[in-house]
Amino acid sequence: MMRRFALTFFIAMLAWDATPAAAERLVVSLSNHRVAITSSFVGEDLVLFGTIEPDAGKTTLRPGYDLVVTVTGPLQTLRTRRKQRVLGIWVNVDSREFVRVPSYLAILSNRPASQIAPLDTLRRLQVGLDNFLLPQRIGPDLADTVRDDPFRLAFVRLENQQRLYSEIGTAVTFLTPTVFRAAIPLPSNVPTGNFAIDVKLFADGAMVARTNTALEVTKTGFEQYVADAARDNGLLYGLATMLMALLTGWIASVVFRRD
Amino acid sequence: MQIYLPIADMPVNIFLVLGMGLAVGYISGMFGIGGGFLMTPLLIFIGVTPAVAVASVASHIAASSFSGAINYWNRRAIDVPLALMLLSAGILGTATGVWLFTELRALDQLDLMIGLSYVTLLTVVGAMMIYESLRAVVRARKGMPATLRRPGSHTWVHGLPIKVRFKRSKIYVSAIPVWGIGFLIGFVGAIMGIGGGFLLVPMLIYFLRVPTATVIGTSMVLTLVTMASATVMHAATNHLVDAVLALILMVGGVVGAQFGARTGQKMRGERLRLLLGVLVFAVGLRFAYELVASPDDLFSIRHVGVE
Repeated sequence: MMRRFALTFFIAMLAWDATPAAAERLVVSLSNHRVAITSSFVGEDLVLFGTIEPDAGKTTLRPGYDLVVTVTGPLQTLRTRRKQRVLGIWVNVDSREFVRVPSYLAILSNRPASQIAPLDTLRRLQVGLDNFLLPQRIGPDLADTVRDDPFRLAFVRLENQQRLYSEIGTAVTFLTPTVFRAAIPLPSNVPTGNFAIDVKLFADGAMVARTNTALEVTKTGFEQYVADAARDNGLLYGLATMLMALLTGWIASVVFRRD
Repeated sequence: MQIYLPIADMPVNIFLVLGMGLAVGYISGMFGIGGGFLMTPLLIFIGVTPAVAVASVASHIAASSFSGAINYWNRRAIDVPLALMLLSAGILGTATGVWLFTELRALDQLDLMIGLSYVTLLTVVGAMMIYESLRAVVRARKGMPATLRRPGSHTWVHGLPIKVRFKRSKIYVSAIPVWGIGFLIGFVGAIMGIGGGFLLVPMLIYFLRVPTATVIGTSMVLTLVTMASATVMHAATNHLVDAVLALILMVGGVVGAQFGARTGQKMRGERLRLLLGVLVFAVGLRFAYELVASPDDLFSIRHVGVE
Protein backbone atom coordinates (compact mmCIF):
# COMPACT_ATOMS: atom_id res chain seq x y z
CA MET A 1 0.00 0.00 0.00
CA MET A 2 2.74 2.34 1.03
CA ARG A 3 4.78 1.34 -2.02
CA ARG A 4 1.88 1.95 -4.35
CA PHE A 5 1.36 5.35 -2.81
CA ALA A 6 5.02 6.16 -3.26
CA LEU A 7 4.87 5.07 -6.91
CA THR A 8 1.76 7.16 -7.55
CA PHE A 9 3.45 10.08 -5.91
CA PHE A 10 6.54 9.55 -8.05
CA ILE A 11 4.48 9.44 -11.24
CA ALA A 12 2.62 12.53 -10.13
CA MET A 13 5.95 14.26 -9.60
CA LEU A 14 7.10 13.27 -13.08
CA ALA A 15 3.85 14.55 -14.54
CA TRP A 16 4.25 17.76 -12.57
CA ASP A 17 7.66 18.26 -14.03
CA ALA A 18 6.40 17.79 -17.57
CA THR A 19 3.15 19.74 -17.31
CA PRO A 20 3.19 21.75 -14.13
CA ALA A 21 0.46 22.16 -11.57
CA ALA A 22 -2.81 21.94 -13.37
CA ALA A 23 -4.37 24.83 -11.48
CA GLU A 24 -4.25 27.18 -14.46
CA ARG A 25 -4.83 26.61 -18.10
CA LEU A 26 -3.55 28.78 -20.96
CA VAL A 27 -5.73 29.44 -23.99
CA VAL A 28 -3.93 31.27 -26.82
CA SER A 29 -4.81 32.36 -30.30
CA LEU A 30 -2.61 33.83 -33.01
CA SER A 31 -3.81 36.65 -35.26
CA ASN A 32 -2.47 34.82 -38.30
CA HIS A 33 -1.06 31.30 -38.55
CA ARG A 34 0.22 31.69 -42.07
CA VAL A 35 2.38 34.66 -43.01
CA ALA A 36 2.59 35.13 -46.77
CA ILE A 37 5.66 36.73 -48.29
CA THR A 38 4.51 38.69 -51.32
CA SER A 39 6.42 41.15 -53.51
CA SER A 40 5.48 43.98 -51.15
CA PHE A 41 6.53 42.16 -47.94
CA VAL A 42 8.48 44.43 -45.60
CA GLY A 43 7.98 42.51 -42.36
CA GLU A 44 4.89 41.96 -40.25
CA ASP A 45 3.83 42.17 -36.63
CA LEU A 46 1.80 39.22 -35.42
CA VAL A 47 -0.36 39.36 -32.33
CA LEU A 48 -0.86 36.48 -29.94
CA PHE A 49 -3.91 36.76 -27.67
CA GLY A 50 -4.53 34.58 -24.70
CA THR A 51 -6.29 34.11 -21.40
CA ILE A 52 -5.41 32.41 -18.16
CA GLU A 53 -8.26 30.16 -17.05
CA PRO A 54 -8.74 28.19 -13.85
CA ASP A 55 -8.59 24.48 -14.51
CA ALA A 56 -11.61 22.24 -13.92
CA GLY A 57 -12.49 22.01 -10.27
CA LYS A 58 -10.46 25.06 -9.29
CA THR A 59 -11.98 28.48 -9.20
CA THR A 60 -9.35 30.72 -7.68
CA LEU A 61 -6.53 32.34 -9.60
CA ARG A 62 -3.36 33.80 -8.19
CA PRO A 63 -3.04 37.57 -7.98
CA GLY A 64 0.03 38.11 -10.18
CA TYR A 65 1.24 36.29 -13.29
CA ASP A 66 4.22 36.58 -15.62
CA LEU A 67 4.19 35.38 -19.18
CA VAL A 68 7.03 34.40 -21.53
CA VAL A 69 6.49 33.70 -25.22
CA THR A 70 9.36 32.01 -27.12
CA VAL A 71 9.16 31.98 -30.91
CA THR A 72 11.70 29.83 -32.78
CA GLY A 73 12.18 29.63 -36.54
CA PRO A 74 13.48 26.71 -38.64
CA LEU A 75 16.84 25.31 -37.46
CA GLN A 76 20.02 26.03 -39.33
CA THR A 77 23.79 25.74 -38.88
CA LEU A 78 25.86 28.92 -38.88
CA ARG A 79 29.54 29.69 -38.55
CA THR A 80 30.79 32.67 -36.58
CA ARG A 81 34.24 33.79 -37.71
CA ARG A 82 36.74 36.07 -36.02
CA LYS A 83 39.21 38.27 -37.85
CA GLN A 84 42.76 38.93 -36.74
CA ARG A 85 45.54 40.99 -38.26
CA VAL A 86 48.13 38.81 -40.01
CA LEU A 87 51.01 40.63 -41.75
CA GLY A 88 48.97 43.85 -41.76
CA ILE A 89 45.91 42.26 -43.35
CA TRP A 90 42.71 41.27 -41.58
CA VAL A 91 42.12 37.54 -42.01
CA ASN A 92 39.52 35.14 -40.62
CA VAL A 93 41.66 33.10 -38.28
CA ASP A 94 39.19 31.41 -35.96
CA SER A 95 35.62 30.17 -36.23
CA ARG A 96 32.94 28.32 -34.28
CA GLU A 97 30.04 26.43 -35.75
CA PHE A 98 26.62 26.86 -34.14
CA VAL A 99 24.80 23.65 -34.96
CA ARG A 100 21.03 23.42 -35.44
CA VAL A 101 20.20 26.76 -33.84
CA PRO A 102 16.98 28.68 -34.63
CA SER A 103 17.16 30.96 -37.66
CA TYR A 104 14.72 33.22 -35.80
CA LEU A 105 14.41 33.55 -32.04
CA ALA A 106 12.20 35.95 -30.12
CA ILE A 107 11.84 35.80 -26.36
CA LEU A 108 8.96 38.05 -25.35
CA SER A 109 7.78 38.75 -21.82
CA ASN A 110 5.77 41.24 -19.77
CA ARG A 111 8.83 42.28 -17.77
CA PRO A 112 12.57 41.54 -17.99
CA ALA A 113 13.22 37.80 -17.64
CA SER A 114 15.59 38.28 -14.70
CA GLN A 115 12.69 39.64 -12.60
CA ILE A 116 10.34 36.76 -13.41
CA ALA A 117 12.08 33.75 -11.86
CA PRO A 118 15.37 32.72 -10.24
CA LEU A 119 18.30 32.18 -12.60
CA ASP A 120 18.36 28.38 -12.34
CA THR A 121 14.69 28.20 -13.34
CA LEU A 122 15.30 30.55 -16.26
CA ARG A 123 18.23 28.42 -17.38
CA ARG A 124 16.32 25.16 -17.12
CA LEU A 125 13.41 26.59 -19.14
CA GLN A 126 15.70 28.50 -21.55
CA VAL A 127 14.10 31.86 -20.83
CA GLY A 128 16.15 34.80 -22.12
CA LEU A 129 18.79 34.96 -24.85
CA ASP A 130 21.53 34.35 -22.26
CA ASN A 131 19.84 31.15 -21.15
CA PHE A 132 18.79 29.78 -24.53
CA LEU A 133 20.76 26.72 -25.61
CA LEU A 134 22.97 27.49 -28.61
CA PRO A 135 25.02 24.33 -29.18
CA GLN A 136 28.49 24.78 -30.69
CA ARG A 137 30.58 22.09 -32.30
CA ILE A 138 33.50 21.54 -29.95
CA GLY A 139 35.67 18.77 -31.31
CA PRO A 140 33.39 15.79 -31.84
CA ASP A 141 30.84 17.04 -29.29
CA LEU A 142 28.02 19.55 -29.32
CA ALA A 143 27.69 21.78 -26.29
CA ASP A 144 26.68 25.26 -25.28
CA THR A 145 29.45 27.31 -23.74
CA VAL A 146 29.52 29.78 -20.89
CA ARG A 147 27.32 32.85 -21.33
CA ASP A 148 30.23 35.24 -21.81
CA ASP A 149 32.01 33.15 -24.46
CA PRO A 150 33.14 35.73 -27.07
CA PHE A 151 31.83 33.70 -30.03
CA ARG A 152 28.45 33.21 -28.39
CA LEU A 153 28.21 36.91 -27.51
CA ALA A 154 29.20 37.91 -31.05
CA PHE A 155 26.74 35.44 -32.58
CA VAL A 156 23.80 36.71 -30.51
CA ARG A 157 24.83 40.34 -31.12
CA LEU A 158 25.07 39.90 -34.90
CA GLU A 159 21.74 38.03 -35.08
CA ASN A 160 20.23 40.78 -32.94
CA GLN A 161 21.52 43.43 -35.38
CA GLN A 162 19.84 41.48 -38.18
CA ARG A 163 16.66 41.62 -36.05
CA LEU A 164 16.53 37.81 -36.15
CA TYR A 165 17.24 37.28 -32.45
CA SER A 166 15.47 39.46 -29.91
CA GLU A 167 14.54 39.58 -26.26
CA ILE A 168 11.81 42.09 -25.52
CA GLY A 169 10.80 42.51 -21.90
CA THR A 170 7.79 44.67 -22.77
CA ALA A 171 6.26 42.76 -25.68
CA VAL A 172 3.62 41.06 -23.56
CA THR A 173 0.83 43.23 -22.17
CA PHE A 174 -1.78 42.17 -19.63
CA LEU A 175 -5.09 43.72 -20.70
CA THR A 176 -6.79 42.42 -17.54
CA PRO A 177 -5.10 40.34 -14.83
CA THR A 178 -5.95 37.21 -16.89
CA VAL A 179 -6.08 38.41 -20.52
CA PHE A 180 -2.85 39.14 -22.36
CA ARG A 181 -1.55 40.04 -25.78
CA ALA A 182 1.96 39.55 -27.17
CA ALA A 183 3.41 41.32 -30.21
CA ILE A 184 5.65 39.08 -32.34
CA PRO A 185 7.84 41.17 -34.66
CA LEU A 186 8.70 39.37 -37.93
CA PRO A 187 11.38 41.40 -39.78
CA SER A 188 11.57 41.67 -43.58
CA ASN A 189 14.45 39.17 -43.68
CA VAL A 190 12.44 36.54 -41.74
CA PRO A 191 13.33 32.99 -42.88
CA THR A 192 10.62 30.84 -44.44
CA GLY A 193 9.39 27.64 -42.82
CA ASN A 194 7.63 26.45 -39.69
CA PHE A 195 7.87 28.43 -36.46
CA ALA A 196 7.16 27.07 -33.00
CA ILE A 197 5.59 29.30 -30.37
CA ASP A 198 6.03 28.25 -26.77
CA VAL A 199 3.99 30.09 -24.11
CA LYS A 200 5.00 29.76 -20.45
CA LEU A 201 3.05 31.10 -17.49
CA PHE A 202 4.91 31.96 -14.30
CA ALA A 203 3.63 32.74 -10.82
CA ASP A 204 5.78 33.42 -7.78
CA GLY A 205 8.95 32.58 -9.70
CA ALA A 206 7.83 29.15 -10.91
CA MET A 207 6.26 27.92 -14.12
CA VAL A 208 2.60 27.03 -13.57
CA ALA A 209 1.27 26.42 -17.07
CA ARG A 210 2.60 25.96 -20.56
CA THR A 211 1.11 25.68 -24.04
CA ASN A 212 2.28 25.94 -27.61
CA THR A 213 1.12 26.87 -31.04
CA ALA A 214 2.71 27.22 -34.46
CA LEU A 215 3.08 29.56 -37.36
CA GLU A 216 4.16 29.17 -40.95
CA VAL A 217 6.01 31.69 -43.10
CA THR A 218 5.75 30.97 -46.83
CA LYS A 219 6.39 32.69 -50.10
CA THR A 220 3.26 33.00 -52.22
CA GLY A 221 2.28 33.85 -55.76
CA PHE A 222 5.04 35.18 -57.98
CA GLU A 223 7.75 35.03 -55.27
CA GLN A 224 7.00 31.35 -54.66
CA TYR A 225 6.90 30.61 -58.39
CA VAL A 226 10.33 32.19 -58.95
CA ALA A 227 11.88 30.55 -55.87
CA ASP A 228 10.50 27.12 -56.84
CA ALA A 229 11.66 27.45 -60.44
CA ALA A 230 15.17 28.47 -59.35
CA ARG A 231 15.40 25.48 -57.01
CA ASP A 232 13.70 22.75 -59.04
CA ASN A 233 14.58 23.69 -62.64
CA GLY A 234 17.90 25.48 -62.28
CA LEU A 235 19.04 25.01 -65.87
CA LEU A 236 15.75 26.13 -67.44
CA TYR A 237 15.57 29.04 -65.00
CA GLY A 238 19.11 30.07 -65.94
CA LEU A 239 18.35 29.85 -69.68
CA ALA A 240 15.18 31.90 -69.16
CA THR A 241 17.13 34.54 -67.20
CA MET A 242 19.77 34.65 -69.94
CA LEU A 243 17.09 35.07 -72.65
CA MET A 244 15.50 37.82 -70.53
CA ALA A 245 18.90 39.55 -70.41
CA LEU A 246 19.38 39.30 -74.18
CA LEU A 247 15.84 40.51 -74.83
CA THR A 248 16.31 43.49 -72.49
CA GLY A 249 19.58 44.39 -74.20
CA TRP A 250 18.02 44.06 -77.67
CA ILE A 251 14.95 46.15 -76.77
CA ALA A 252 17.20 48.89 -75.42
CA SER A 253 19.29 48.99 -78.58
CA VAL A 254 16.12 49.19 -80.72
CA VAL A 255 14.53 51.88 -78.55
CA PHE A 256 17.67 53.99 -78.47
CA ARG A 257 18.65 53.50 -82.12
CA ARG A 258 19.31 56.79 -83.83
CA ASP A 259 19.73 56.67 -87.56
CA MET B 1 8.99 51.73 -53.33
CA GLN B 2 10.02 48.42 -51.79
CA ILE B 3 10.01 45.13 -53.67
CA TYR B 4 10.78 41.71 -52.20
CA LEU B 5 13.51 39.71 -53.95
CA PRO B 6 12.53 36.01 -54.07
CA ILE B 7 16.05 34.50 -54.11
CA ALA B 8 17.98 37.12 -52.16
CA ASP B 9 15.15 36.88 -49.55
CA MET B 10 15.05 40.57 -48.74
CA PRO B 11 13.14 43.70 -49.75
CA VAL B 12 14.99 46.45 -51.63
CA ASN B 13 14.09 49.91 -52.82
CA ILE B 14 13.37 49.46 -56.53
CA PHE B 15 14.55 52.99 -57.43
CA LEU B 16 17.83 52.58 -55.59
CA VAL B 17 18.62 49.38 -57.50
CA LEU B 18 17.45 50.96 -60.78
CA GLY B 19 19.75 53.92 -60.11
CA MET B 20 22.69 51.62 -59.41
CA GLY B 21 21.99 49.82 -62.69
CA LEU B 22 21.90 53.15 -64.57
CA ALA B 23 25.15 54.42 -63.06
CA VAL B 24 27.11 51.22 -63.59
CA GLY B 25 25.55 50.79 -67.05
CA TYR B 26 26.69 54.28 -68.04
CA ILE B 27 30.26 53.48 -67.00
CA SER B 28 30.19 50.10 -68.71
CA GLY B 29 28.92 51.57 -71.98
CA MET B 30 31.47 54.36 -71.88
CA PHE B 31 34.51 52.13 -71.40
CA GLY B 32 33.23 48.94 -72.97
CA ILE B 33 33.59 46.99 -69.76
CA GLY B 34 31.03 44.83 -67.95
CA GLY B 35 31.14 46.77 -64.70
CA GLY B 36 30.95 43.68 -62.49
CA PHE B 37 33.86 44.91 -60.39
CA LEU B 38 31.67 47.92 -59.47
CA MET B 39 28.21 46.34 -59.26
CA THR B 40 29.05 43.31 -57.10
CA PRO B 41 30.52 45.39 -54.23
CA LEU B 42 27.57 47.83 -54.49
CA LEU B 43 25.03 45.02 -54.10
CA ILE B 44 26.92 43.54 -51.16
CA PHE B 45 26.90 47.02 -49.63
CA ILE B 46 23.07 47.21 -49.71
CA GLY B 47 22.83 43.82 -48.01
CA VAL B 48 22.61 41.21 -50.80
CA THR B 49 24.72 38.15 -49.93
CA PRO B 50 27.96 37.94 -51.97
CA ALA B 51 26.96 34.65 -53.62
CA VAL B 52 23.61 35.99 -54.87
CA ALA B 53 25.25 39.28 -55.91
CA VAL B 54 27.92 37.60 -58.05
CA ALA B 55 25.39 35.25 -59.68
CA SER B 56 22.78 37.94 -60.43
CA VAL B 57 25.30 40.51 -61.68
CA ALA B 58 26.36 38.05 -64.39
CA SER B 59 22.97 38.35 -66.12
CA HIS B 60 22.96 42.13 -65.69
CA ILE B 61 26.32 42.33 -67.45
CA ALA B 62 25.07 40.00 -70.18
CA ALA B 63 22.18 42.40 -70.91
CA SER B 64 24.38 45.52 -70.84
CA SER B 65 27.04 44.03 -73.07
CA PHE B 66 24.47 42.64 -75.54
CA SER B 67 22.90 46.06 -75.93
CA GLY B 68 26.38 47.58 -76.33
CA ALA B 69 27.50 44.87 -78.74
CA ILE B 70 24.51 45.53 -81.04
CA ASN B 71 25.44 49.20 -81.00
CA TYR B 72 29.04 48.44 -81.99
CA TRP B 73 27.93 45.80 -84.51
CA ASN B 74 25.87 48.42 -86.35
CA ARG B 75 28.96 50.62 -86.48
CA ARG B 76 31.02 47.69 -87.84
CA ALA B 77 33.28 48.00 -84.80
CA ILE B 78 33.48 44.30 -83.88
CA ASP B 79 36.25 41.97 -85.03
CA VAL B 80 34.39 38.63 -85.08
CA PRO B 81 37.33 36.27 -85.86
CA LEU B 82 39.38 37.87 -83.07
CA ALA B 83 36.45 37.55 -80.61
CA LEU B 84 35.93 33.87 -81.54
CA MET B 85 39.62 33.11 -81.09
CA LEU B 86 39.69 34.78 -77.67
CA LEU B 87 36.53 32.90 -76.68
CA SER B 88 37.88 29.46 -77.59
CA ALA B 89 40.68 29.91 -75.03
CA GLY B 90 38.42 31.81 -72.62
CA ILE B 91 36.15 28.80 -72.10
CA LEU B 92 39.15 26.68 -71.12
CA GLY B 93 40.28 29.42 -68.73
CA THR B 94 36.82 29.59 -67.11
CA ALA B 95 36.79 25.83 -66.54
CA THR B 96 40.23 26.00 -64.87
CA GLY B 97 39.09 28.98 -62.78
CA VAL B 98 35.94 27.22 -61.56
CA TRP B 99 38.06 24.23 -60.53
CA LEU B 100 40.48 26.41 -58.51
CA PHE B 101 37.52 28.33 -57.01
CA THR B 102 36.14 25.09 -55.56
CA GLU B 103 39.57 24.07 -54.22
CA LEU B 104 40.08 27.44 -52.49
CA ARG B 105 36.61 27.39 -50.95
CA ALA B 106 37.42 24.07 -49.34
CA LEU B 107 40.35 25.80 -47.60
CA ASP B 108 37.95 28.49 -46.20
CA GLN B 109 40.17 31.35 -47.38
CA LEU B 110 38.31 32.19 -50.58
CA ASP B 111 37.25 35.67 -49.38
CA LEU B 112 40.85 36.62 -48.66
CA MET B 113 42.05 35.27 -52.01
CA ILE B 114 39.34 37.22 -53.86
CA GLY B 115 40.22 40.37 -51.90
CA LEU B 116 43.93 40.02 -52.61
CA SER B 117 43.40 39.32 -56.32
CA TYR B 118 41.12 42.38 -56.60
CA VAL B 119 43.71 44.61 -54.91
CA THR B 120 46.66 43.32 -56.93
CA LEU B 121 44.92 43.30 -60.30
CA LEU B 122 43.04 46.57 -59.98
CA THR B 123 45.88 48.68 -58.54
CA VAL B 124 48.52 47.32 -60.93
CA VAL B 125 46.33 47.53 -64.05
CA GLY B 126 44.93 50.91 -62.96
CA ALA B 127 48.39 52.38 -62.30
CA MET B 128 49.70 51.11 -65.65
CA MET B 129 46.77 52.62 -67.50
CA ILE B 130 47.13 55.98 -65.73
CA TYR B 131 50.86 56.09 -66.48
CA GLU B 132 50.46 55.17 -70.14
CA SER B 133 47.53 57.48 -70.84
CA LEU B 134 49.17 60.42 -69.05
CA ARG B 135 52.21 60.00 -71.28
CA ALA B 136 49.94 59.89 -74.31
CA VAL B 137 48.15 63.06 -73.16
CA VAL B 138 51.49 64.84 -72.66
CA ARG B 139 52.68 63.71 -76.11
CA ALA B 140 49.48 65.01 -77.66
CA ARG B 141 49.99 68.37 -75.91
CA LYS B 142 53.49 68.64 -77.34
CA GLY B 143 52.09 68.00 -80.79
CA MET B 144 53.69 64.57 -81.12
CA PRO B 145 51.72 61.64 -82.57
CA ALA B 146 49.41 60.06 -80.00
CA THR B 147 50.54 56.52 -80.72
CA LEU B 148 53.17 55.15 -78.38
CA ARG B 149 55.21 53.44 -81.08
CA ARG B 150 55.31 54.12 -84.75
CA PRO B 151 53.48 51.60 -86.91
CA GLY B 152 55.83 48.83 -87.93
CA SER B 153 57.74 48.77 -84.67
CA HIS B 154 57.79 45.27 -83.22
CA THR B 155 57.96 43.80 -79.70
CA TRP B 156 58.72 40.21 -78.74
CA VAL B 157 54.99 39.48 -79.03
CA HIS B 158 55.23 40.01 -82.76
CA GLY B 159 58.09 37.55 -83.07
CA LEU B 160 55.95 34.57 -82.05
CA PRO B 161 54.89 31.96 -84.63
CA ILE B 162 51.41 30.95 -85.99
CA LYS B 163 50.61 34.36 -87.38
CA VAL B 164 47.01 35.24 -88.11
CA ARG B 165 45.64 38.27 -89.93
CA PHE B 166 42.59 40.03 -88.45
CA LYS B 167 41.23 42.16 -91.27
CA ARG B 168 38.83 44.42 -89.40
CA SER B 169 41.37 45.31 -86.72
CA LYS B 170 44.09 45.58 -89.38
CA ILE B 171 46.55 43.56 -87.29
CA TYR B 172 48.77 40.58 -88.12
CA VAL B 173 49.72 38.80 -84.90
CA SER B 174 50.60 35.39 -83.53
CA ALA B 175 47.70 33.26 -82.24
CA ILE B 176 49.66 32.41 -79.06
CA PRO B 177 49.18 35.75 -77.23
CA VAL B 178 45.52 35.85 -78.39
CA TRP B 179 44.87 32.45 -76.80
CA GLY B 180 46.91 33.44 -73.74
CA ILE B 181 44.86 36.58 -73.16
CA GLY B 182 41.59 34.71 -73.74
CA PHE B 183 42.58 32.01 -71.24
CA LEU B 184 43.66 34.55 -68.62
CA ILE B 185 40.41 36.54 -68.92
CA GLY B 186 38.28 33.40 -68.59
CA PHE B 187 40.36 32.23 -65.61
CA VAL B 188 40.33 35.54 -63.74
CA GLY B 189 36.63 36.04 -64.47
CA ALA B 190 35.69 32.72 -62.89
CA ILE B 191 37.84 33.34 -59.80
CA MET B 192 36.81 36.94 -59.18
CA GLY B 193 33.27 36.83 -60.52
CA ILE B 194 33.84 39.57 -63.07
CA GLY B 195 33.59 39.78 -66.86
CA GLY B 196 37.19 40.93 -67.16
CA GLY B 197 36.50 43.74 -69.65
CA PHE B 198 38.69 46.23 -67.79
CA LEU B 199 41.62 43.81 -68.17
CA LEU B 200 40.82 42.74 -71.70
CA VAL B 201 40.62 46.23 -73.22
CA PRO B 202 44.12 47.36 -72.14
CA MET B 203 45.63 43.95 -72.98
CA LEU B 204 44.23 44.03 -76.49
CA ILE B 205 45.54 47.57 -76.93
CA TYR B 206 49.03 47.09 -75.51
CA PHE B 207 49.92 43.53 -76.47
CA LEU B 208 48.04 43.02 -79.72
CA ARG B 209 47.82 46.69 -80.84
CA VAL B 210 44.12 46.30 -81.59
CA PRO B 211 42.96 49.76 -82.72
CA THR B 212 40.58 51.73 -80.48
CA ALA B 213 37.91 51.45 -83.19
CA THR B 214 37.36 47.71 -82.72
CA VAL B 215 38.72 47.02 -79.23
CA ILE B 216 35.61 47.91 -77.20
CA GLY B 217 33.10 46.15 -79.45
CA THR B 218 35.23 42.99 -79.56
CA SER B 219 35.69 43.04 -75.81
CA MET B 220 31.90 43.35 -75.37
CA VAL B 221 31.27 40.21 -77.42
CA LEU B 222 33.65 38.30 -75.16
CA THR B 223 31.99 39.72 -72.02
CA LEU B 224 28.55 38.86 -73.41
CA VAL B 225 29.35 35.20 -74.06
CA THR B 226 31.19 34.60 -70.77
CA MET B 227 28.52 36.32 -68.66
CA ALA B 228 25.59 34.67 -70.46
CA SER B 229 27.12 31.24 -69.87
CA ALA B 230 28.00 32.23 -66.28
CA THR B 231 24.32 33.06 -65.67
CA VAL B 232 23.23 29.61 -66.82
CA MET B 233 26.03 27.89 -64.88
CA HIS B 234 25.29 29.78 -61.64
CA ALA B 235 21.56 29.06 -61.94
CA ALA B 236 22.06 25.38 -62.71
CA THR B 237 24.62 24.66 -59.96
CA ASN B 238 24.09 27.12 -57.08
CA HIS B 239 20.43 28.20 -57.66
CA LEU B 240 21.45 31.71 -56.63
CA VAL B 241 20.43 33.88 -59.60
CA ASP B 242 17.73 36.33 -58.49
CA ALA B 243 15.76 37.03 -61.68
CA VAL B 244 13.82 39.93 -60.12
CA LEU B 245 17.00 41.64 -58.94
CA ALA B 246 18.64 40.92 -62.31
CA LEU B 247 15.70 42.40 -64.24
CA ILE B 248 15.76 45.69 -62.29
CA LEU B 249 19.54 45.92 -62.69
CA MET B 250 19.48 45.17 -66.40
CA VAL B 251 16.70 47.64 -67.21
CA GLY B 252 18.78 50.37 -65.54
CA GLY B 253 21.97 48.94 -67.02
CA VAL B 254 20.97 48.86 -70.69
CA VAL B 255 19.58 52.41 -70.59
CA GLY B 256 22.73 53.67 -68.88
CA ALA B 257 24.96 51.78 -71.31
CA GLN B 258 23.36 53.50 -74.32
CA PHE B 259 24.18 56.95 -72.98
CA GLY B 260 27.58 55.81 -71.79
CA ALA B 261 28.51 54.45 -75.22
CA ARG B 262 27.71 57.84 -76.83
CA THR B 263 29.81 59.73 -74.30
CA GLY B 264 32.63 57.25 -74.80
CA GLN B 265 32.67 57.63 -78.58
CA LYS B 266 32.92 61.41 -78.29
CA MET B 267 35.95 61.25 -76.03
CA ARG B 268 39.56 60.92 -77.12
CA GLY B 269 41.12 57.50 -76.65
CA GLU B 270 43.85 58.49 -74.19
CA ARG B 271 41.44 60.57 -72.08
CA LEU B 272 39.07 57.59 -71.92
CA ARG B 273 41.92 55.28 -70.87
CA LEU B 274 43.05 57.77 -68.22
CA LEU B 275 39.55 57.95 -66.73
CA LEU B 276 39.17 54.17 -66.72
CA GLY B 277 42.64 53.85 -65.19
CA VAL B 278 41.70 56.22 -62.37
CA LEU B 279 38.43 54.34 -61.77
CA VAL B 280 40.09 50.91 -61.71
CA PHE B 281 42.88 52.18 -59.46
CA ALA B 282 40.39 53.80 -57.05
CA VAL B 283 38.36 50.59 -56.70
CA GLY B 284 41.63 48.70 -56.12
CA LEU B 285 42.57 51.12 -53.32
CA ARG B 286 39.11 50.71 -51.82
CA PHE B 287 39.65 46.94 -51.62
CA ALA B 288 43.15 47.45 -50.21
CA TYR B 289 41.71 49.74 -47.52
CA GLU B 290 39.17 47.07 -46.59
CA LEU B 291 41.91 44.48 -46.13
CA VAL B 292 44.16 46.73 -44.05
CA ALA B 293 41.78 48.97 -42.04
CA SER B 294 40.47 47.73 -38.71
CA PRO B 295 37.00 46.28 -39.39
CA ASP B 296 33.98 47.64 -37.48
CA ASP B 297 33.23 44.15 -36.32
CA LEU B 298 35.83 41.43 -35.94
CA PHE B 299 33.11 38.79 -36.07
CA SER B 300 30.98 37.73 -39.01
CA ILE B 301 28.42 34.99 -39.61
CA ARG B 302 28.35 32.61 -42.53
CA HIS B 303 25.50 30.24 -43.35
CA VAL B 304 26.69 26.65 -43.39
CA GLY B 305 23.43 24.81 -43.95
CA VAL B 306 19.70 24.78 -43.44
CA GLU B 307 18.28 21.85 -41.51
